[in-house]
Amino acid sequence: MWNKRKEEEYPPKSPATPPAPTSQIKENAPMSTNPAPSHHVTESRGPASIGKSVMIKGQIFSREDLTIDGEIDGSVELHEHRLTVGPNGKLQAGVKAREVVVLGTIHGNVEASDKIDIRKDAKLVGDIKTARIVIEDGAYFKGSIDIARPEAARTPAPPQSKPQATNAASTHAATPATAAAGDSR
Amino acid sequence: MLKDLLRSEPSSPSLHSPPRKPGSTQPLNRASNGLDQFFSSLQDQESLSILDFSGASQANISFITSMGHRIYSNDALRTLEEAFGSGGDFIANQSDPERSALFLRENLEFEDRTFDGALIWDTLQFLAPPLLQDTVDRLYRILRPQSSLLAFFHAEEKAETAPLYSYRIVDSKIMSLTPRNQVRPVQYFNNRSLEKLFQKFHSVKFFLTRDHLREVIVRR
Repeated sequence: MWNKRKEEEYPPKSPATPPAPTSQIKENAPMSTNPAPSHHVTESRGPASIGKSVMIKGQIFSREDLTIDGEIDGSVELHEHRLTVGPNGKLQAGVKAREVVVLGTIHGNVEASDKIDIRKDAKLVGDIKTARIVIEDGAYFKGSIDIARPEAARTPAPPQSKPQATNAASTHAATPATAAAGDSR
Repeated sequence: MLKDLLRSEPSSPSLHSPPRKPGSTQPLNRASNGLDQFFSSLQDQESLSILDFSGASQANISFITSMGHRIYSNDALRTLEEAFGSGGDFIANQSDPERSALFLRENLEFEDRTFDGALIWDTLQFLAPPLLQDTVDRLYRILRPQSSLLAFFHAEEKAETAPLYSYRIVDSKIMSLTPRNQVRPVQYFNNRSLEKLFQKFHSVKFFLTRDHLREVIVRR
């Protein structure tokens, strides 16, 4: 009796807070000889990477940070994430990412919505569009650099009679101004 | 070979400004009337396109982009070495049409009237006459009317070598010079020869400095 009542009380909580993966594995283990669920493996691995012996021709889209130490011929897009081109990485590709760190070689245009960091001994031939750029001495770069300022910084603030919109505009305007000042150092 | 021309031994004291120690590799900050004139010509304008031959430099990129301009960066001396530095004499190699075409393609392959200003620094003094004129003609083509070009020429006629620097912009009137090597200039330029070289352009203005650097502002 007591046990039944307790079981009736608990079920509503379970959809909101699913059991920990370990308990799932315990329950599943006797029922199946399959390996552990794939999501368990996903949680334990590090950032995505393409090793130095890998060569890919085609388009790469990623929804997480990515390190490339191999060769890519095509395009690489990680719109909200960071791309790191390792020392052995060779990209013959257009690149779009939030942040790009180059230690290897890129031949292609690069769009980094936040920042591009070209380290010593890196080589980049192509046009860059970004909000901030850092180039270490010893890096080789050939191409144009366009510092893209977010549209909010260029848009004049709306009249004072619309306080909500004014606040939003001024908040956005402050950020790019700070970023631009940081560039010039 | 350019490598033969590039000598890493301490530089000739007579080519340096007085406070500089011979062979020093420390950057030297100096005022530049040419640089001042160049940036004055860009004043009150935004979103211009500037060509910079000094190679990837955080200082130059930050300074020019902070003014709201776009910069096209390339290390012209590096491509000079790549085009003419291997096999044979560096100056004689400049007569090779294929090598010359490679140099022009690597440095100046742009549509006509692409740039609103060009920072050429001292690249031109290492070019032999036929290629030099081709380079200047190409610069004329890719610059817009009314735009400015800044170039430096070492002005000591008897010097066998001239210091090769990396030029970095400190502000609109001051630049930083970091010695790279000693180089034998291909020819000596005086005011008359420079006027002849830039005869297609609208005007040529000279500033002769105490450290034997002839700063030249050329208006397209």
